[in-house]
Amino acid sequence: MRYLPHTRDDIETMLKVTGHSSLDDLFAGIPDHLKTKQGIDIPESLSEWELNTHMEALASLNIACKTYKCFIGAGSYDHYIPAIIPYLISRSEFMTAYTPYQPEVSQGTLQGIYEFQTMITELLGMDIATASHYDCGTALAEACLIALRKSSTDNKIAVSSLVHPSHRQIIQTYIRPAGFEMVEIPYTKEGLTDIAALEQMKGIAGIAVQSPNFFGNIEDLKAFKTITEAKNILFIVSFTEALAYGLLKNPGSLGADLVAGEGQSLGLAKSFGGPGLGLLAGTHKQMRSLPGRLIGKTKDANGADGFVLTLATREQHIRREKASSNICSNNGLNAMTAAMYLATAGKTGIREIALQNHDKAEYLKKSLMSSGFLPAFHTPFFNEFVMKVPENFEKKRKTLIDDHCVFAGLNLEPFYPELKQHYLFCATETISKDDIDNLAKEVRS
Amino acid sequence: MIQQPGTSGLIFNEPLLWEKSRMGRCAMSLPKPDVDRNALDADLTGDAPNLPELSELDVVRHYTRLSQWNFGVDSGMYPLGSCTMKYNPKTNEVQAARQGFSGAHPLSGDEFSQGALKLMYNLEQFLAKITGFHAVTLQPAAGAHGELCGMLMIHAWHARNGRQRSKIIIPDTAHGTNPASASLCGYESVNIKSGPNGILEPETVAAAMDEDTAGIMVTNPNTLGLFETHIKEIADIVHSKGGLVYGDGANMNAIMGIVKPGEIGIDVLHLNLHKTFSTPHGGGGPGSGPVAVGKTLEPFLPVPRVVKDLNTYKFITDCPDTIGRIHTFYGHFGIMVRAYSYILSMGAQGLTDVSKLAVLNANYIKESLKGTLNLPYDRPCMHECVFNDEFQKQYHITTMDMAKRLLDYGFHPPTVYFPLVVEGAFMVEPTETESKENIDQFIHAVKSIAQEAKDNPEQLKKAPRLTKVTRLDEVLAARKPCLRG
Repeated sequence: MRYLPHTRDDIETMLKVTGHSSLDDLFAGIPDHLKTKQGIDIPESLSEWELNTHMEALASLNIACKTYKCFIGAGSYDHYIPAIIPYLISRSEFMTAYTPYQPEVSQGTLQGIYEFQTMITELLGMDIATASHYDCGTALAEACLIALRKSSTDNKIAVSSLVHPSHRQIIQTYIRPAGFEMVEIPYTKEGLTDIAALEQMKGIAGIAVQSPNFFGNIEDLKAFKTITEAKNILFIVSFTEALAYGLLKNPGSLGADLVAGEGQSLGLAKSFGGPGLGLLAGTHKQMRSLPGRLIGKTKDANGADGFVLTLATREQHIRREKASSNICSNNGLNAMTAAMYLATAGKTGIREIALQNHDKAEYLKKSLMSSGFLPAFHTPFFNEFVMKVPENFEKKRKTLIDDHCVFAGLNLEPFYPELKQHYLFCATETISKDDIDNLAKEVRS
Repeated sequence: MIQQPGTSGLIFNEPLLWEKSRMGRCAMSLPKPDVDRNALDADLTGDAPNLPELSELDVVRHYTRLSQWNFGVDSGMYPLGSCTMKYNPKTNEVQAARQGFSGAHPLSGDEFSQGALKLMYNLEQFLAKITGFHAVTLQPAAGAHGELCGMLMIHAWHARNGRQRSKIIIPDTAHGTNPASASLCGYESVNIKSGPNGILEPETVAAAMDEDTAGIMVTNPNTLGLFETHIKEIADIVHSKGGLVYGDGANMNAIMGIVKPGEIGIDVLHLNLHKTFSTPHGGGGPGSGPVAVGKTLEPFLPVPRVVKDLNTYKFITDCPDTIGRIHTFYGHFGIMVRAYSYILSMGAQGLTDVSKLAVLNANYIKESLKGTLNLPYDRPCMHECVFNDEFQKQYHITTMDMAKRLLDYGFHPPTVYFPLVVEGAFMVEPTETESKENIDQFIHAVKSIAQEAKDNPEQLKKAPRLTKVTRLDEVLAARKPCLRG
């Protein structure tokens, strides 16, 4: 096997040094009754040729061919990835290193993630960003735990029903065993979180609102801040589309205490939902509550600038059972990818991409309206919106996938049973006017 | 004379991104607008985020230079104990990058995602066969996430049985994340000590185990690199009091084809695809931490689960006892593709050889260095061995000094000061992908350093000297946190 360098001679010489008679003898210390009597029942090894054939056959069973068009977002977005991103992130010094425990030989990772932290704080208008989490859902669950632990009296977290459905499920999984409770804030007929309903809620330790929300609509975050200030509780903002903040007012400027987001849009492939990039940011006040790694600037013995993992005293390997979170490693390579994307786009690039996302989505909405679709809400949105579809749409949608590899929107009924015949549509900069015109033509009733 | 890999060469300085920024530059090719601009209400929009403005070559050179300040497995031997820094095969990257995988949208629907579902289903089966368990979830995004998932299942099982318990037993040889994972489930950790030979003794467990204790978390092979030979008796003790056994399978790479944890009393086990199954560590993730369970805990696995129905595959969520969801979609699919490719490339015999050679390499290092460094537990080890700085104390040289000096020799140091059960630990895990010549070079380097500790301790105190920066002031970093530029 080409990954195993040992020759027969090597093995013999090494066994002599260790004092064993054979490779099996190395395991003599394990009692026989604990050893397995059967081998591993998996297929025989494949050559690289066979593997390529096998994997391409498997990959082609997914309808994600080169020409496919994706009008679905809902937490995973089809954005263009500039050629330099996969090229640079494939450098083995980034990819085959581990957590920078030895900073003298990890300055590449460390400076890169420090720059990532900085650009994320810039994007979100926050003071501090961590070196990443698994995904938005897990970062948001951690943010909810921070809010819940801060309160000595209240054990409920109020979460908008327009937070991504999966994220709400993750929050439940994370907080229930510790005895906390999640209450959902209903949504209004305008497709926004119901502030009036929230005002009536008692015994809550924090609130979490997604903007743009799951329907794509932009929430009035300032209004929520007024409530959290009055109640003296933490205000958590989440988002699934990071590029929205190339255009929208950032959550920091609207008063967020904690921000949890998904960074997949920043140069990462959809990859069937993972690995993505969990973003978690906070105000200075939250610095010591934030779980996850942080990189800080310091000096070396000669007085030169350098970077290290810092504030480790918050972490599980030091605080053990007293740590508030068990997260240790994160999605570091994806954070580095996102940093590369942000540096590539720059200030003008990110604004232009964001504008084009919004323009395409507006054009898609208009085009679908002219094909007989009805807008579910009349609320400003970024690149996703909800439409009530004509009767025969589901059948046409399937034909579009089978014949043209076009995925026309996401059925909302499984997530919101009251929204029969409602679909969530998304358009990004990868969708052309022609794509939209073709779609509108195909689905015309 | 063995020539060591470490040397000095030209290395480039590189400022922070924003120090290179010049207004008006952009490294991205922007698509030409083909629809009308449709401005949002000005109340909703803010200023463009103040990101650096660079040309394409600026970006390429920046990250190329940064990468050159890093040490990876492809650069040199990386014997970081407990982390399994084995070679990451490049064909796995090619497989994960196939358009059908990397371009797949997670909400495309089962019918149009059969390739991804089949791969996940098969990978679950492979991992079940390797570990001897009944069912597997691939959803956890990392080892610690897998641990949390496993503990949530134990918690849910006790809740289902009608009486929640309050404590969990954790030996001193377990992984560092175990107590934090348990405390997220509201369990108080009961720390117990391993015996004088580094192995957990059944009597110690029996004394700690009672009917308020949810179970035990055992790392096997443990963090001393030793196999827990009493695991079956320990499991019987825990089971007899109504508890469950959590197995930390981070060290599965030592026992593939030799021991199946599912056959020896473990109820739930997490794996690290980025350790045993060769996926890259990425400077700290993304990893993947699948969890394997027996029939007892299967109903509690997170949803969605992948099932096979004749010849088609689908996700199901209708599992009344599930702990719920722990990832937005299905876990780190891109990492699963890499691990699946690895398992197919190795086959059963290959995986068994991996464990045998990993154990051979570790024992070879242990025997070769045991007169040079102190070996607190001198018994046959599995895939890693733990020394400490006891012999060097007389020269006022610490494990940290030796680790830093190893950098100058061109090696990544072993894990230091972990496990906590060994003071000044120096934990070496060579992995099976290092050749005898590389290992001999490493042994020679450690011996030379031990000699320097005697003859020229100052040289160690000043190490490293060949790296981009010298030792960094971590106290300053923590006292005055500067977390952004």
